[in-house]
Amino acid sequence: MTVFDELRFRNLQANTRRHFLKNCTMGMGALAMGMLTGCAKADLVTNESVRFTSGRTLSHYAARAKRVIYMHMAGSPSQLELFDYKPTLNRLHDELCPQSLLEGKKFAFISGVPKMLGHQATFAQYGQSGTWISNHLPYFQEVADEVCVLKAMHTDEFNHAPAQLLLYSGSPRLGRPSIGSWVTYGLGSENEDLPGFVILVSGGKTPSAGKSVWGNGFLPSVYQGVQCRSQGDPVLYLSNPDGMDRNLRKKSIDAINDINRQEYEMVGDPEIITRISQYEMAFKMQMSVPEAMDIHKEPAYIHDMYGTRPGEASFANNCLLARRMAEKGVRFIQLFHWGWDSHGAGKAEALNHGFMDRCREVDQPMTALIKDLKQRGLLADTLLIWGGEFGRTPMMENRGGATNPFVGRDHHTDAFTMWMAGGGVKGGMSYGETDEIGYYGIQDQVHVHDLQATLLHCLGLNHEKLTYRFQGRDFRLTDVSGHVLKEILS
Amino acid sequence: MIKENNLMARTGLLGMLCLLTLLTCLSCNQSEEISYSRHIKPILNEYCLSCHGGIRAQGGLSFLFEKEAMEAQTESGLRPIVPGRADKSEIIKRMRSNDPELRMPKEGPALREGDIQLIETWINQGAQWDDHWAYAQISNPNVPDLDTAWGSNAIDHFIYQKLKEKGLQPSGRATPDELARRLSFDLIGLPPTLENAGEFLKNPTNVHFDDLIDRLLDSPHYGERFASMWLDLARYADSNGYEKDMGRSVWRFRDWVINALNDDMPFDQFTIEQLAGDLLDVPSTDQSIATIFHRNTMTNTEGGTEDEEFRSMSIIDRVNTTFEVWQATTMSCVQCHSHPYDPFKQEEFYELYALFNNTQDADLDSEYPFLMETDSVQKDLRQVRAKILALKGEAVGDLNYIDKSEIKNLAHPRLFGHFADDFQHVLIANDGEFSNSSYNSNNQKDKKYYLIFQDVDLNDLEEIRYHYFCRGDDAVIEISLDSIEGPIISRTSMTSSPGKDKDWQWKSFPLEVSQNGIHDLVFHFINTTGDFRNGVVSVKEMVLGYQGEETTQALRSWQDTLLALYQGGIKSPVMKERTAALRRPTHVFERGNYLVKGAKVQPNIPEILNHEDVIVVDRLDMAKWLVSDKNPLTARVMVNRIWEQLFGRGIVETMEDFGTQGFPPSHEELLNYLAYQFSHDWNWSIKALIREVVSSDIYQQSSRTSANQLEIDPFNIYYGRGTRARLTAEQIRDQALAVSGLLNTKIGGESVMPYQPEGVWQITYSSAKWEAKHESDKYRRGLYTYWKRTTPYPSMTAFDTPSREFCVSRRITTNTPLQALVTLNDPVYVEAAESLGAWMTKQGQGDLKKAIERGYEKALLKKPNEEVLEILHGLHEESVQPMAMHVSMDRNKKKILAPMTVVANAIMNLDAFLNKS
Repeated sequence: MTVFDELRFRNLQANTRRHFLKNCTMGMGALAMGMLTGCAKADLVTNESVRFTSGRTLSHYAARAKRVIYMHMAGSPSQLELFDYKPTLNRLHDELCPQSLLEGKKFAFISGVPKMLGHQATFAQYGQSGTWISNHLPYFQEVADEVCVLKAMHTDEFNHAPAQLLLYSGSPRLGRPSIGSWVTYGLGSENEDLPGFVILVSGGKTPSAGKSVWGNGFLPSVYQGVQCRSQGDPVLYLSNPDGMDRNLRKKSIDAINDINRQEYEMVGDPEIITRISQYEMAFKMQMSVPEAMDIHKEPAYIHDMYGTRPGEASFANNCLLARRMAEKGVRFIQLFHWGWDSHGAGKAEALNHGFMDRCREVDQPMTALIKDLKQRGLLADTLLIWGGEFGRTPMMENRGGATNPFVGRDHHTDAFTMWMAGGGVKGGMSYGETDEIGYYGIQDQVHVHDLQATLLHCLGLNHEKLTYRFQGRDFRLTDVSGHVLKEILS
Repeated sequence: MIKENNLMARTGLLGMLCLLTLLTCLSCNQSEEISYSRHIKPILNEYCLSCHGGIRAQGGLSFLFEKEAMEAQTESGLRPIVPGRADKSEIIKRMRSNDPELRMPKEGPALREGDIQLIETWINQGAQWDDHWAYAQISNPNVPDLDTAWGSNAIDHFIYQKLKEKGLQPSGRATPDELARRLSFDLIGLPPTLENAGEFLKNPTNVHFDDLIDRLLDSPHYGERFASMWLDLARYADSNGYEKDMGRSVWRFRDWVINALNDDMPFDQFTIEQLAGDLLDVPSTDQSIATIFHRNTMTNTEGGTEDEEFRSMSIIDRVNTTFEVWQATTMSCVQCHSHPYDPFKQEEFYELYALFNNTQDADLDSEYPFLMETDSVQKDLRQVRAKILALKGEAVGDLNYIDKSEIKNLAHPRLFGHFADDFQHVLIANDGEFSNSSYNSNNQKDKKYYLIFQDVDLNDLEEIRYHYFCRGDDAVIEISLDSIEGPIISRTSMTSSPGKDKDWQWKSFPLEVSQNGIHDLVFHFINTTGDFRNGVVSVKEMVLGYQGEETTQALRSWQDTLLALYQGGIKSPVMKERTAALRRPTHVFERGNYLVKGAKVQPNIPEILNHEDVIVVDRLDMAKWLVSDKNPLTARVMVNRIWEQLFGRGIVETMEDFGTQGFPPSHEELLNYLAYQFSHDWNWSIKALIREVVSSDIYQQSSRTSANQLEIDPFNIYYGRGTRARLTAEQIRDQALAVSGLLNTKIGGESVMPYQPEGVWQITYSSAKWEAKHESDKYRRGLYTYWKRTTPYPSMTAFDTPSREFCVSRRITTNTPLQALVTLNDPVYVEAAESLGAWMTKQGQGDLKKAIERGYEKALLKKPNEEVLEILHGLHEESVQPMAMHVSMDRNKKKILAPMTVVANAIMNLDAFLNKS
């Protein structure tokens, strides 16, 4: 091998994850961003395989937000019953949909000529900003001036699983890392005793795309989201077996680590040192995770505020847990609440039944979360995001050309509403506009890739530079697109 | 301590980089032969190709193909490269220019002076455009001579040569216990038993080591161990992915892989059967099962999904997977545009796509077509067959196995959907009922529904009778002869059935013109209005009405019994080629979008890999080409996989990418040597390859690492020491069960559901439950664990198993606290500790230290040293005291952990136990 080969080889090696994990031990993101020389700044560096993630922020810009709480309404709530008020749609109610809206369109279930469906809600303006909010969200009306409502969101996928994957990994196909993995890969965690990327699920089901929406894709599995549960072990296998108390566990881990230290002295493999730290970390987590997950000790006024009841896997409990984790410096807190797929095919999901229950389940706690973060001074550097994977049609769904037993709307990619609040975004703002029936965005449209770019921007990351080399090419969350929504940044 | 350690490694690396940069400049003297692929291509990849290659050819210049670069019609009119004249070559001028308008690259830092000098030298030497190493034909290199007695076989010669160049020495042999564990995990994925390794441990001679190799290679567990590797590549899973992620029955493929490996099926045959077993002459049942390899693609059964979209995704995945597994080539880039770095054009992707585009499967919820396995009911089937033949007045004769074609004969003249030789869009239910309906009901109108029966006897055929149900009057059934466009021999308007629920009616329709001879019948199920309700017809069965032939009630009844028995079999989705009538044309998808079809293409192999203009027509041709000596990659790629399994890193570290963006091989000659032997002298025998590798001295080295070795070769690229690596997820589980005596060593069969915490399965649209069918299922090897893609088994995921949604060439090993929690607390591991603890207590016969010693020895094949023994003994002491207190304080606590369980749990969490060294 010539010296030249040698250099090439070294260079390539520096770019491969395994060697990187082992050796160049600052944030993975550093090298990916071409900051090789940063490796010399050893004083700030922590070993990535030792901690959940590195403790170092590798920002491209000044970060406005330090952490994210992302509330996903799995199944996709109807924007036309919550935020996007269209008087014309009410006037057209029950009329046949004009052919011009159907030509060249594909729907998941609508066939033939469906009827238009007026709002199953009443709307009014709230706050000084005059933000439109429906009667289904009476609590949320109180925080109208805190949120930035994105009314002309759009996506490419009209089936749940691909749309969720596109939203969370930038691609409708499986195999890419999720947003939370990208963020912890780029920024690490602020808390050494808790995972940097936490998942909280309510509604009894995981989202359609399964655990891939918090998967690490081709990133090392340390960046995978860790599901924290309200029932059973808060993190899988966290509790010691029956008959082993914390004291004895401490002694057993001490014994394991003592022997491992001896092994290290003998064989010299640095991975042994890492394992010793991981056992210590596991021991700490056995304390810190249940502590973070225990909401019993929260004062009564907090429980009243959120509507929480300890012990349930409810969205309310998860909002309160999200605040607790935000306080403890968890980087990315991802909530999923299931049951928003309002087709009108069954009572449990219909706009005139299940949908209203879902609204009641989320309205109070998500409002409380904003207020609570604010009163603790955390709202300024916590970015909140709320929404589904796509929107719903202004037409009533007519599955198989027949009338559904209940009232509902089909999946819709061209227009839906999400909201953001807190770190880095303007409050009391509505951004984007749809046409007179809420079918297409007509102004300031926001693609899901733009949302991803903006989210990263708020955290101080440039979505075009946060890359990872896999199979010979640099991948990024926003694939080949994405624009930062400068207009909504505070 | 950790920090210091890392600091050292870091300064080392950084220092070396600076030094090397300096040396690079000095090394660019004119005397050294500069190679395009080794020296120049990496520079172009890094600085130039993102604008001048593949997708983009800015200024009219691309460096991807020789012709493009050398004969570029650039916008400036200047020649970028003038061979022999660096001074006249525009690229050199541009790279050195001070004018920001002219300087290349346009954005980002300039090239290093050393790099520019290299390019200059290369141009002055004539700018020869040689092949990337991986695309060159494999030749048999000479084995280097050694000036030492060290070394058992050719592998050692290649390795030693490099070690010497680096100023390194090989390490001594590992201790017998280390070696026995290493070899056993590497070959069968299980810890050694005294039965296998006893002789070697007592008397560690070469003869006994060879004997151990033979025993392990002959062990039926060998196939299980390497199946784990292959199943990651085959993206094998027990569920079909996407939203609903329903279960599917593909475990017979896992059995096939295990058996094929155990039988040491030559890798060429192993390849052909998996990629094209269905296209072989009269494929056996096993050869059909092998084709499940490519039925492991996902099926999207989410409501409202477009089947054609996800069928296309499956075909794309089959192309990508085939090329990753056999060619370590990342074709996925090429599905949208020409490859940015490697010489593959976009149309070449679709030429490969065309090879896969004609199978019958089409993202159907039913996952048709199937291979039905009826082994368990063969006896009953034979009896029913006798009854039917007797009623038909035919001779019974001897028949050992009743297969689908025999069942079809016996059902004659009744035709059922699942006997069709081909179909399009038609929904076929398990009982053979079929209809021109689809779940995605909104674009009924554009769909063409066909069912094809081949070789139907038309002599004396008078009419066709349908047992059908229609809601409206819009459906028409036509029958054409031999092809879709063939003459229509019957046209039937179906009329609505009375009543609201399914009211099945019979209708007979005469043939318009009487026919003779044997022909294919194409049934067209036409929805004349596109209306979902009125244009749909469901057919339970069709009966061919021959002159004078009657199906009696008794015959019908026996036929029904026959069909019921048949439908109870195990259905494995397999590959099956479409008939000529339904062949699909293939077009380039513009920007990878299946709806935007570009130029039509024919099957072909990418030019850069097609050394001798091989012509391929179907998958079988392609599979044969992959394993022919005309293919430069297959043998190299497979050898590299096996090497990685044994050493923890491939000779080419980027297992998935042998292209120009991947790593170059650390030992190119060795890779070529092994690849040549594997595909020639060893006749594609994987066992022969493995035997050669593990017989080498470098494999048997000690893995102890000195400071000097860490300094010179921190990643052990030159193999100056043995491999120390964490066991895989499966091995960690299997070892705990084996050492504790709980392991159920049964080989093969359906997937099992061992213990998993409550609430892990929270899945949409399914009432499926995670539960062990049999008590003994709880202790099967990890590879048999039910693999649900959206909710993989959590304790294995913690140890880096992939989700198997797509092909994965290498698992990246991590080291996390969640892993510690699994082996400390997962009830499976606690149970194993209890079992080992109980065994230890028994072995100790009252002597505590002896008990601990025996347990440690069982786990690690060696006695603990004094210090370790003291630590474990101390832990035992500590465990006794609080236990007693604990019990006296809380009598309600159900379980008391025996102190020896605590000790066993600690032993099974030792780093030495979780690693092979």
